[in-house]
Amino acid sequence: MSFLITAVVAYLIYLVLTIGGEDVLLWNAADLAIGAVLAVVAGALLRNRFVGKDLRMLNPVRWLIFLVYLFPFLYAMAKANIDVAYRVITGRINPAIVKIDPRLRSDMSLTILANSITLTPGTLSVDVDEETNELYVHWINADPETLKKMPRDYRRICYGFPAWARRIAD
Amino acid sequence: MNWLAVVVVLMVTIIIALARVFIGPGAPTRLVAFDTTNTLVVSGLVLVAMMFEHVVFIDVAIVYALLSFIMTLYVAKYIGGARF
Amino acid sequence: MAALTIATYVFLGIGLFFSLVGVIGLHRFPDMYTRLHAATKCTTFGAIFLIAAVIMQSGAIWAAEGAYSAQSVMCIRATLALLALLITNATGAHAIARAAHRSGERPIRAVVDDLEGKETD
Repeated sequence: MSFLITAVVAYLIYLVLTIGGEDVLLWNAADLAIGAVLAVVAGALLRNRFVGKDLRMLNPVRWLIFLVYLFPFLYAMAKANIDVAYRVITGRINPAIVKIDPRLRSDMSLTILANSITLTPGTLSVDVDEETNELYVHWINADPETLKKMPRDYRRICYGFPAWARRIAD
Repeated sequence: MNWLAVVVVLMVTIIIALARVFIGPGAPTRLVAFDTTNTLVVSGLVLVAMMFEHVVFIDVAIVYALLSFIMTLYVAKYIGGARF
Repeated sequence: MAALTIATYVFLGIGLFFSLVGVIGLHRFPDMYTRLHAATKCTTFGAIFLIAAVIMQSGAIWAAEGAYSAQSVMCIRATLALLALLITNATGAHAIARAAHRSGERPIRAVVDDLEGKETD
């Protein structure tokens, strides 16, 4: 099963990369044959690395939620860039490294959250505690109110992104 | 479309980033600046492909992006104190 | 056609502005983590807009000339280059920040550092 998933994904990526022939629809016949052989090789070599134990990302509903998630994500990204541009021009920073516990269980959702908060306002993921799934976040403009309490309130730091990550992959 | 002017401005930003590679104190800062340079080079290559109307430049850009990512990961691993 | 040209120039302008802001941030911020903020966010956002301008132009030529023009390939591969850049950039920034903190680089002017002394190998 994991071999099949890896081979199919590898073949799809290869097909998108080699668009531009005329023989069969949009591809050359030789390209299709070489791609099939390479996909089998890649599937045999990488199946245990590419597919983990759980197969919940095969559910198409999760992909749909991911596509919906792109819109608030792009909006937050635009806001983040205007924020950074403001800080570049004025030089007003107040950095801190804080620990947050987003209460996510799977590796996939933690990856999505870490990548999201790297690209969104004022935060940058630095390290992850692999046993408790806690994230260490570099925060460029720390709020003194949030820094007083020790279990940090993650809603003040990364807004609604843990909820989205939980919906997509947890 | 005047793609050449855009590519020239992008070259200026690449030179400013490379200045940080040369002066920046310590290996992590240099790596940050170099990663920035790589991103700028990839978008510059895509613009050059549109300017000359050759797809080959975009193929180079894709391979460059993936290889520079692997380079960043390995240099970061080296800075972090991993043994090879 | 005129509207498309204007939109492309606006996209190129936004892309160049944010690339420039990110690169200037590399010089204005005091330490490596804040530089990483500027570099990652701004250049990724700038690259999205620059490549989106190329996608728009080649897509317009593709739509005008029909399916088998050379621009169709360029449109699809530019999208692929953008995806490769988006996926790899955030992960690369995370790898750099983690490695830098492990190597002993401390954030300058930081008020709190929860990670201090807690790294495990």
